[in-house]
Amino acid sequence: MLTNLKTIFNFAFVDFYRNKGISLAAIFVLIVTILLFTGLFFIHGISNFLILTIQNKIDITAYFKQDTLEQDILDAKNQILEISSDIKNVQYVSKQEALNEFTEKHKDSSVVLKALTDVGDNPFLPYLNITTSGNPVLYEEVSRALEQGQFGDFIEKVDFSEKKYTIEKVFSITYNINRFGLAIGVILVLVVIGVVFNTIKLVIDRSREEIGTMRIVGASNWFVRTPFIIEGAMFGFIAFIICFFIAILSVYFLSPGLASIMPGFNLFNYFISHFWLIVLIQLGSGVGLGVVFSFIAVKKYLSD
Amino acid sequence: MIRFQNVTKIYPTRSLNGYPTVVLRDISFEIEKGQFVSVVGKSGAGKTTLTRLILGLEAPTSGNIFFEEKNINAIDSLGIQKIRRRIGCIYQDYKLLSTKTVYENIAYIMQVEGKDKKEIASEIPKVLEVMGLKEKINNFPKELSGGEQQRLAVARAFINYPDVIVADEPTGNLDPYNTYEVLSLLEKINKIGKTVILLTHDREIINKLGRRVITIENGKIIRDEEKGRFII
Repeated sequence: MLTNLKTIFNFAFVDFYRNKGISLAAIFVLIVTILLFTGLFFIHGISNFLILTIQNKIDITAYFKQDTLEQDILDAKNQILEISSDIKNVQYVSKQEALNEFTEKHKDSSVVLKALTDVGDNPFLPYLNITTSGNPVLYEEVSRALEQGQFGDFIEKVDFSEKKYTIEKVFSITYNINRFGLAIGVILVLVVIGVVFNTIKLVIDRSREEIGTMRIVGASNWFVRTPFIIEGAMFGFIAFIICFFIAILSVYFLSPGLASIMPGFNLFNYFISHFWLIVLIQLGSGVGLGVVFSFIAVKKYLSD
Repeated sequence: MIRFQNVTKIYPTRSLNGYPTVVLRDISFEIEKGQFVSVVGKSGAGKTTLTRLILGLEAPTSGNIFFEEKNINAIDSLGIQKIRRRIGCIYQDYKLLSTKTVYENIAYIMQVEGKDKKEIASEIPKVLEVMGLKEKINNFPKELSGGEQQRLAVARAFINYPDVIVADEPTGNLDPYNTYEVLSLLEKINKIGKTVILLTHDREIINKLGRRVITIENGKIIRDEEKGRFII
């Protein structure tokens, strides 16, 4: 058994070496495939980051009446947080803090500051700023809970109705971007898989006469098939090694540039935090496709 | 050893007359162990189909084929592979493994049988010496002449001492000198007790051999003579 295994591995290595041209073609196609899968993975990460960044800028503000007690506002805050775990953040800004914010923002505008002084009292209302983690329906739920719930008497205004259109539009666009991206990704993957299959089929087809001879002399199916499967695995593994280094180098060089375009997103950290997943994607797709398609391509010539 | 019992082989591909192609029609014959049998017929008579049926590469449309009383149609693929290992085949187009050297072509057959490296390394040089191919041990088939390729095919067919040698037009691409060489080898193989089935349409070879001749015409056996001659 061991002798046979050594023999079969030897067949695969020798065949790989003696048909360098076609072996390199198969490896090249697998490199393109693995890089596509890796690229899609990174694009998915980047687009998720961008989408979340946009969605995080979406919020609604609940303004409370001037004389509302701070404790009531804090109770309202706690109630909102209990509505759903998708409520990401509820920020309480008091009247004074609102005034300070405004003053700081317009500190260079003497006209505005004079107008504020002329008004006399602090005209600002305390408010709660609410953000969710990508769940647009929740904004409406929160708005309803505040206006119609136990704290309804304290509410001056919830600006959801003014922002409703924008909120729905933003989430709709990001959802469609995700779906479109997924569809494009699936199409690309299918096309590339088709190309890989045809390439490996060509590699096997050039040996169809030899496979016929092997059958005639009484070689068993596994004795004929296994060297080709090992060759397929070799194509995939070599492609993986090359792609892995390309990925590391690309991440290293692109990371600073990407960070300047998308502050807050570190490509290198993303790569490190998903290191084993990336290795699995690359190795799995390379070796997996090489092995599976070799198996399928040889099967056609082995029917007994 | 090999018995054909009412074997018919029809290919569904329609011929010019619109009917499926009948290659063999209800043929029956038996080949005993140690016989040298020539199967003759014009091109397209069904000789190669006969070879493919013996090897189990195709199944008959009807009838049975027995190898040592085992019905080839009724055994599993493992059984068929074992039978193929007991049959050495020589073809007009040699059917060598083009990406393997002379040494590796012969070694392959021994590796299929699970022979170890030492035995392979000791046997092959001897066989190549007999075949006059020792100098070409590391060459690839495309680097050999037609005669050398056919001698390699003979060496490969015989290396595991199979029970039967089936030679399908082995001299079709050879000059008279190499033809004589190959036929001499086949006769020597038969002399040591192996069954040889030679399929050919070469009149001179048949008449010179003076052995049993089965003549096929239009898919039927029209003659089966112990010391036959090529008469079509």
